[in-house]
Amino acid sequence: MLRFVCFFLVVVAGTAGELCISRAMKEAGEVHDFRLGALLQVARRVARIKWIWIGLLLMTIGFFALLGILSVENVSFVVPVTAMSYVVGGLGGMLFLGERLDRSRWTGILLVCLGVALVILGRH
Amino acid sequence: MEAHVRHRQLRLKTQFMILIMVLAGPLGNTLLAKGMKEIGAVSFSSLSVVLETLGKVLSSGTIWMGIALMITFFIAYSLVLSWADYSYVQPASAMAYAVVAILGVLVLHESVSPLRWLGIGVICLGVIVVGRTHPNTTEAR
Repeated sequence: MLRFVCFFLVVVAGTAGELCISRAMKEAGEVHDFRLGALLQVARRVARIKWIWIGLLLMTIGFFALLGILSVENVSFVVPVTAMSYVVGGLGGMLFLGERLDRSRWTGILLVCLGVALVILGRH
Repeated sequence: MEAHVRHRQLRLKTQFMILIMVLAGPLGNTLLAKGMKEIGAVSFSSLSVVLETLGKVLSSGTIWMGIALMITFFIAYSLVLSWADYSYVQPASAMAYAVVAILGVLVLHESVSPLRWLGIGVICLGVIVVGRTHPNTTEAR
C-alpha cells in the first residue's frame, strides 16, 4: 500500500509540480537576457508568482516519495514505472490546459502504458 | 560555408548536451537508489523514525551526489530546450529509461527480466511517438 502511495505521489505530485512551474514560467515571460543581473531580476519576478511555490512544494513531495520507493525497489523497476507521468501529463494537459491530443499522441501514451504494464508484469 | 560550420557546431552542441542528460539523469537516479539502499527501507512508524531517516538522507554523500547529477540533468535539459526543438530532444531523452536499467544491472547488480527489458523498449517507443507529435496544440489556429 505504501509503495502504491509513493508511486502515486512520484507520478501525480511530480507532474502537477512541473505543470505549476510551467505555468509560473509562462506568467513570468520568456527569458532573453542571460546576464547575471537580468537572471536575478527574473528570479525576483518568478518568486512573486504563487504557482512557483506550489510547484516546488509538489516537486519536493514527489522527490521524497521517489527516495522512499527507491529504498525498497530496484531503480530499473521504479524509473520506468514513473513514465506513467506521460499519461498524467497528457490527461492533465487535456483537462486543465485545454490541449488537444491527436491520435498519434494517444498512441504514444498507450504505448507508454503498455510498456509500464510489461515492466510491472516482469517485476520478478 | 560559414552557415554550414554553424549548423555543424549547433548539432554537436545539442548532441553533447543530450549525452549529458542521458548520462546524468539515470546516474543520478542510480546514486539515489544506492544511497537509499544503504539507509534501508523507509518506515513511517513514528515521527522520530521519520526524522532519523531524514537525517540519514541529508547526511549521505551518495544522495547529495545523486541530487547534484539530477540538477545537472535539469540544467542541461533547460539549456538544450532554449535552442533545440522539443520534438528533437524528447525522443533522444527516452534513451534514459534504457540507460537507467543498464546502470541498475551494472552498478547495483539488479536482475532485469526479459519482460522488463521488453517493457522498457515499449516505453522508449511510446515516448518517441509522443515526441513526434506537434509540441503546441493550444496556439491560435
